[in-house]
Amino acid sequence: MSRSDWEVVIGLEVHAQLNTASKIFSGASTAFGAAPNVQACAVDIALPGVLPVLNRGAVERAIRFGLAIGANVASKSVFARKNYFYPDLPKGYQISQFELPVVQGGEITIRVGEGDKAYEKTVQLTRAHLEEDAGKSLHEDFHGMSGIDLNRAGTPLLEIVSEPDMRSSAEAVAYARALHALVRWIDICDGNMQEGSFRCDANVSVRRPGGPLGTRREIKNLNSFRFLQQAIDFEVQWQIDTIEDGGRIQQATVLFDPDTGETRMMRSKEDAHDYRYFPDPDLLPLVISPEWKARVASEMPELPGAMKARFMEQWGLSAYDATTLTASKEVATFYQATVDAAGVALAKPCANWVMGDLAARVNKAEMDISASPVTPAQLAGLVARIADGTISNNIGKKVFEALWNREGESADAIIEAQGLRQTNDAGAIEAMIDEVLAANQKSVEEFRAGKDKAFNALVGQVMKASKGKANPAQVNELLKRKLEG
Amino acid sequence: MINASLTELRAALDAKRISSVELATLFLDRIAAHNPTLNAFITVDRDGALAAARAADARIAGGNAGPLTGIPLAHKDVFCTEGVLTTCGSKMLSNFVSPYDAHVVSLLKAAGAVNLGKTNMDEFAMGSSNENSHYGPVKNPWDTARIPGGSSGGSAAAVAARLAPIATGTDTGGSVRQPAGHTGITGIKPTYGVVSRYGMIAYASSLDQGGAFGASAADCAQLLTAMAGFDERDSTSLERPAEDYAREIAAPANDKPLAGLRIGLPREFFAEGMAEDVRAAVEAALDQYRKLGATTVEVSLPNARLAIPAYYVIAPAEASSNLSRFDGVRYGHRAAEYRDLAEMYAKSRAEGFGAEVKRRILVGTYVLSHGYYDAYYLQAQKLRRLIAQDFQAAFRECDVIAGPTSPTTAWAIGEKADDPVQMYLSDIYTIAVNLAGLPGLSHPCGFGGGNLPVGLQLIGDYFGEARLLGTAHQYQQATDWHLRRPA
Repeated sequence: MSRSDWEVVIGLEVHAQLNTASKIFSGASTAFGAAPNVQACAVDIALPGVLPVLNRGAVERAIRFGLAIGANVASKSVFARKNYFYPDLPKGYQISQFELPVVQGGEITIRVGEGDKAYEKTVQLTRAHLEEDAGKSLHEDFHGMSGIDLNRAGTPLLEIVSEPDMRSSAEAVAYARALHALVRWIDICDGNMQEGSFRCDANVSVRRPGGPLGTRREIKNLNSFRFLQQAIDFEVQWQIDTIEDGGRIQQATVLFDPDTGETRMMRSKEDAHDYRYFPDPDLLPLVISPEWKARVASEMPELPGAMKARFMEQWGLSAYDATTLTASKEVATFYQATVDAAGVALAKPCANWVMGDLAARVNKAEMDISASPVTPAQLAGLVARIADGTISNNIGKKVFEALWNREGESADAIIEAQGLRQTNDAGAIEAMIDEVLAANQKSVEEFRAGKDKAFNALVGQVMKASKGKANPAQVNELLKRKLEG
Repeated sequence: MINASLTELRAALDAKRISSVELATLFLDRIAAHNPTLNAFITVDRDGALAAARAADARIAGGNAGPLTGIPLAHKDVFCTEGVLTTCGSKMLSNFVSPYDAHVVSLLKAAGAVNLGKTNMDEFAMGSSNENSHYGPVKNPWDTARIPGGSSGGSAAAVAARLAPIATGTDTGGSVRQPAGHTGITGIKPTYGVVSRYGMIAYASSLDQGGAFGASAADCAQLLTAMAGFDERDSTSLERPAEDYAREIAAPANDKPLAGLRIGLPREFFAEGMAEDVRAAVEAALDQYRKLGATTVEVSLPNARLAIPAYYVIAPAEASSNLSRFDGVRYGHRAAEYRDLAEMYAKSRAEGFGAEVKRRILVGTYVLSHGYYDAYYLQAQKLRRLIAQDFQAAFRECDVIAGPTSPTTAWAIGEKADDPVQMYLSDIYTIAVNLAGLPGLSHPCGFGGGNLPVGLQLIGDYFGEARLLGTAHQYQQATDWHLRRPA
């Protein structure tokens, strides 16, 4: 039986570390990379007698997320204790939310695939809840013992749980990317996957199309989109092979090994903990007033969905362009600033530059677009000079490179300094054409014999003779007239 | 000086008739003489006390003394004290020197009170007799063959034997009121949330509340005023203006100072189960209250009988989780030898915790387990609400509720040690108050067989502490039970 006889069902649980300065239940710093245990205060190490106090900044970020996905932001939610023993869990329980999470429902629209095969899909979210992170156990370098670093203990997390709505690893990755972009967009998480600020767990099962849900296995702690894709692809094939070989899937938690590209079992359902959840008596129910919610709403930035719609409806961009330009807040901000400077009439050429030459250059340099040496105002100046015929598109690329290398303050300054202004003087262009035709009789004959390619070669020669400055449209027109005349 | 009230001590200190150092020395010497018999203290901090007393004397000399400056006291060993061993009565914390002060401790330090040491207690505040301490049982100063009550038995015995004029305690199901009753002193547990729990080692978080012991209601009122107040480090601490809990402590205006006061007598508290000697003392006290102008009215707390089962689900459930941090990883007892992590946990906790603590952890773990949570924990929470509603209904007919603090006087050490259920039943009158979060007070009201003290419990509506203390004070102005001292 082939893979197409199976339907893949995926739900994701994402742990987004909230970018508060201090921890969710203590005043200790959340900064990454400090020496072990220097950012763990009495509350974090769970000394006898200490008590948690909720960081309202963490709640505010959860509210922002709830508003961004159109969810119900619960007016009352409850912190619960999740009890289990582990050396990097100082209290012997994690403070989380269980029955009443702060964010309930919501949805995220994703765009999957590229080109003609691209499609949109809306993924429903189950919930998002606030909880604290555990510390870290370090099993190397301690001569047979384990080291415990509690700096991370108490770091605020938003656990974002989707419905099992995804049907391929591509959809899962598209959802994870959209979520990643969103949490950064609304500035609740730095999204740094290497540092563990955005971690994915994938619940994966397979079933006959239309049949009941299969038994799922949960792949834990995927910290890159590539691993997410690889892990799901491997897991799906393993589940299909297992069932087709007459086996059954047992509910389990598995780990992905990036070195082998395989998933392996961590614990079976039989080993699953009974977490003995109950409401934390040290914390009052979390009450979010309508006023608080309204204030957070009033401070929300324009969301990617709204921005995308605006780009399409008001600026006439295609769905593809609008999606690409709103894929991250940094790109969207850059693009918006470019259009603000260039004028809405140039929205489309601005889009082409941001998605084209600029994106290529930024990617090559492995930098964030916000760090681009070419500013939105400079790019807008360049686009305007192309639009008004001062320079050709090709010369524009040259000016862009010069701007990138900081050879001038503005497109105008570079055009002036390097004498790149386009020649629109018909007499001068005709003179150049005459010279080129005289020197390239062979091409002229080929053209007359019906070889269209020869025409392009001649245009190229004229442009070369003008050092690129001749107006290409004029060259085309005048050359055609000469050859046909 | 040993038997002086706080007001008298304050006057003596301010008049320089005695220095704080002399006063502390007086009590430290009494501790040295009597603690070997009573075992009321786990730790005596002589050096710390004398240093604090010297600082208090300087403050008094500088004219900056507050009401408690230079007054010696003792802290239940459930409160974390910076630089001082804090054991919570457990082997688990036999090596734990706290790096920080509990909120209550820092408030009293700032007030200039002089901490003499840390008092013995049932391990992790679990018990009604003080027999569950790793440091041995506390003896009742009225009869050293008997228990002083628990879990704050060390603090109660210390105040009763005048090893300290006042002491802090905590009350989760009666742990201030019951030992106060058994040792013939006054003890108050305020409304839940009045005293910060920060630095008070948790037993059952939703029930634990700090309280005060003193010879009289007037002394308790002064100590409570210094202990109470909003603390942003405790999310269950109540954000209310500071209160003077001594504001209703006043000389009687006439021979009916309690005229207009309606005292509710819960039918269920006066039914079977109360020992005859306790009943006689309580009835006599009620007569005294009527003489002072109060009227008594029968009220009903129909769900009070469910308080013990509800408590023995909720408290162990919370305890099972609260005590998970004692795992031998970061502080506290760790087994000497173990093969792996699981064994390190198992042996450290098996060695570090006593039998009653283990019993409650097991019960709590069970009632929170998957499949049992609804039947036990949620059910108990429902009962808790019903019990609280009963009190609210009763307070529509009365201002305070009165009854016995305990069904019997102090029993012999060892008598109930093998019968946890009998032990649990001894808290039948006090536990419902914690479940409802109400303030409760116990004051001495006479003696039963064997010359053992009997306590009367007064229960107030939320934030009724000042009224409870003022009511008890009028009783104490007319009687002298609170002035009796053990031999």
